[in-house]
Amino acid sequence: MPIFDLSHPADLTAALFPDLLLMGGAMVLLLWAVWRRESAAHQRTIGLASIWLCVATLGAVLYMLFHQGHVTDGPIAADSFRFMVDVIVLLGTIAALALGIDDNDRMGTTTAETHVLMLLASSGMMLMAAARDLMIVFLGIELMSVSIYALAGLNRRSVRGAEGALKYFLLGAFSTAILLYGIALVYGATGTTGLYEIHQRVVELQLGSSPLLLIGMALLLVGFGFKVSSVPFHMWAPDVYDGSPNPVTAYMAATVKTAAFAAFLRVWLEAFNAEIGTWHRAVAMLAIATMVVGNTIGLLQRNVKRMLAYSSIAHAGFLLVAVAAGSMQGASAMLFYLLAYTLATFGAFAVIVVLSRGDAPVTTEDLSGLWTERPWLAVAMAVYMLALLGFPVFGGIGFFAKWYVLKAALQAEEPQIALAVTLVLTTVVSAGYYLYVIMVMFMRPRPANSEAVTPTPGWTRFVMVATAAAILILGIFPDQTVRYVVRGTPRLGAYVPPVKTAPARQAALTH
Amino acid sequence: MTHNELPLFYVFHVYFFGLVAMISAVCFVTRRSPVAAALWLVNTMFCLAALYVLLDAQFIGVMQVLVYAGAIMVVFLFVIMLLNLGHPSELDDARGIWWKLAAGGIGLAMLSQVLVLTKARLPESLVLPEGAIAEQIAKSGAIAPLAGPLFRDYLLAFEVTSVLLLAAIVGAVVLGKRKERGHAA
Repeated sequence: MPIFDLSHPADLTAALFPDLLLMGGAMVLLLWAVWRRESAAHQRTIGLASIWLCVATLGAVLYMLFHQGHVTDGPIAADSFRFMVDVIVLLGTIAALALGIDDNDRMGTTTAETHVLMLLASSGMMLMAAARDLMIVFLGIELMSVSIYALAGLNRRSVRGAEGALKYFLLGAFSTAILLYGIALVYGATGTTGLYEIHQRVVELQLGSSPLLLIGMALLLVGFGFKVSSVPFHMWAPDVYDGSPNPVTAYMAATVKTAAFAAFLRVWLEAFNAEIGTWHRAVAMLAIATMVVGNTIGLLQRNVKRMLAYSSIAHAGFLLVAVAAGSMQGASAMLFYLLAYTLATFGAFAVIVVLSRGDAPVTTEDLSGLWTERPWLAVAMAVYMLALLGFPVFGGIGFFAKWYVLKAALQAEEPQIALAVTLVLTTVVSAGYYLYVIMVMFMRPRPANSEAVTPTPGWTRFVMVATAAAILILGIFPDQTVRYVVRGTPRLGAYVPPVKTAPARQAALTH
Repeated sequence: MTHNELPLFYVFHVYFFGLVAMISAVCFVTRRSPVAAALWLVNTMFCLAALYVLLDAQFIGVMQVLVYAGAIMVVFLFVIMLLNLGHPSELDDARGIWWKLAAGGIGLAMLSQVLVLTKARLPESLVLPEGAIAEQIAKSGAIAPLAGPLFRDYLLAFEVTSVLLLAAIVGAVVLGKRKERGHAA
C-alpha cells in the first residue's frame, strides 16, 4: 500500500497518474490531429487512437482501484469512489468516441480535433471525481464544460444546433458564475477550500448558522442543480440535447451527469456532512420536483431525443434521491445507478445514430414497425427502454439500480418515505413513454412511405451489443456487481490522518 | 476594525470608487451600443482595481488593469469592430419588459443577500491580526506571498488552469474551422 503525500509534487503526480495519462495522451493526439491534412481516414485514425488511449487510461484506473494507496489530506482523493466514477466516465467516453466515428462518416460534421476535445472533457470529469478541494472541483467542471460547449455547437449548419449550443453556453456560464460565487462565500465563511477542512472548521467553529456559509451552500446547490439539470434548473437540457450531434448528446446525458453527480455528492457528503439537517430538505424538494416534472413532460414528447432529454432530467431526480439519503449506502446506490443509466443511454443513442437522417429529428413515427424491418435493432431498443424504466428481468440492471436507490432512501438514518413513494409513482408514469416506444416498434405497422433503415455501422453495432449484453448479463448477477460497486464507497467519508502534522496551507493561515 | 478608526481619506476613496464602479456597471448593461457598453466595463474594471489597491492587494490591482481593463477589453473591442457590431441601430433589443423586470428582481435579491452578508461575523480564528498584511508586504514584497501558495499549495489548480485554457483554444478552433458536407469517404 503506497502512501501518497500530496504536498510532494512527485506523490501528487503518482496519485494523478490516470488523469495525467489521459491529458498527456490527448495533447499528443492533438499534435497528431493537426499534423496531417484533414481527411475522413485521418479523422477515423484519431478516433481509434482516442479509444485506445481511453482503454489504456481505463487500465491505469483499474490498477489504481486494486492497488490504491493512502493519501494525505490534500486537493485530490485516491479512494475507490473516485476510481469507480472514472471507470463509468471512461466507458461512456469510449462509447461516445465509437459512436462519433460512425456518426461522422454519415454526417461529416466533425474535424479530427473533436475527438481530442472529448478526451479533454473526460479528463475534466476525472478531475471532478477526484477533487477534494472546491478549486479543483470548479476547474474540473470548467474543463468539462468548455469542451462540451464547443462539442454541442459542432453541427453549425443546423439552426437547432446553433440555438442549443448558444443556450447551453449562456446558461452554463451563468450557472458557473453562481457556483463560483457560492465557492467564494464558503471560502469566506471557513477560510479554506479543502472539502475536509471545511467540514472540520464548520464543526470546530460552529459555523452552522453563519449566513456566509448558508448562502454559499444555497448557491452551490443552485450551481450543481444546473449542471445535473434538475428542475427548476433544467430549461436548457431539452433544446441542447435536441440540437447537438447524437454522440455528443449521449455523452452529455450520461457521462457529464455522472461526473457532475460525483462532484455533487462528494462536496455534499465531505464538506457539508455536518450540515445535513440544513441541506437535506432542499435536496429532497429538488428531487421530488425533478422526478415529477421530468417524467410528466416526458409523456408529451414525440421527438425521441427530446423524450430522452426529459428522461435524463427524470433520472437526475432519481439520482438526487440517492444524494438526499446522505449515506454511504446512498453513494453506492448512486454509483450503481449511474453505471446502469450510462449503459442504457448510450445504447438508446446508438439506435438513434442508426435511425437519424440528416438534420431531421428522430420521432416515434420513425420507430413504428421497426420490428418488421430490423428486428434486432427493435429488440436492442426495447432492452434499453426497459432498463431506463427499471423493468425486472428484461430491463437487466435497470431494475436493480432503482431498487438500490429505493433501498438507500428507506434505510437512511431518517427514512425518506416521501421520496421513495414519489420515486415509485413517477417510475410508473415514466412507463407511459418508455413502453410507448416499445409498443410503437412492435405493434404499429411500418409507414408505407418510410425509407429503408440504413445498415448499422460497425462501431455503433459494437456499442449496442456491448451495452445490451452488459445490461442483461449484469442483471443476472446484480449482487456481485453491487458488491463490487460498494467497494467504491466506504472510503468516501473515511480519512487517513495526514502523514505530516501541519499542511503548509494551515501553517500559512496561522502566521 | 470599524469605520470610525479608518482615516477619512481611505473611507472617502472606498465609497467613491465603489459608487463609480456601480454606476458604470449599470451603464454597462443598459447601453445599446456595444462599444459604449465595453467602455463602461473598462471603467468598472478600473474602479475595482482601485478597490483592490485600497484593500492592500496592489499586485491584484495591477493585474486587474493589465489583464482585464487592458488585454481582454482590447480584444473585446477588436472583436466588436471586426464583426462590425458597433452600430446600435442594427441590433434589435432582445430584452423585453419581463426580462428587464426579472433582471431587476434578481438584482434586488442579490442586493438583499449582500446586506445579509454584511451582518455576518467571521470567527476570530479566521481573521488576520490587524496590520498583518502590511507587515508581510514590508517583509517580502507584494508578490512573494502570492507566489508561494500559488506554486506550492495550489500547484495542481495552477496546472489544471493551463489545460483549461488549452481546451478553450481547441474548442474555438474546432468551432471556427469550416468543414464542407460530404467530406466523408
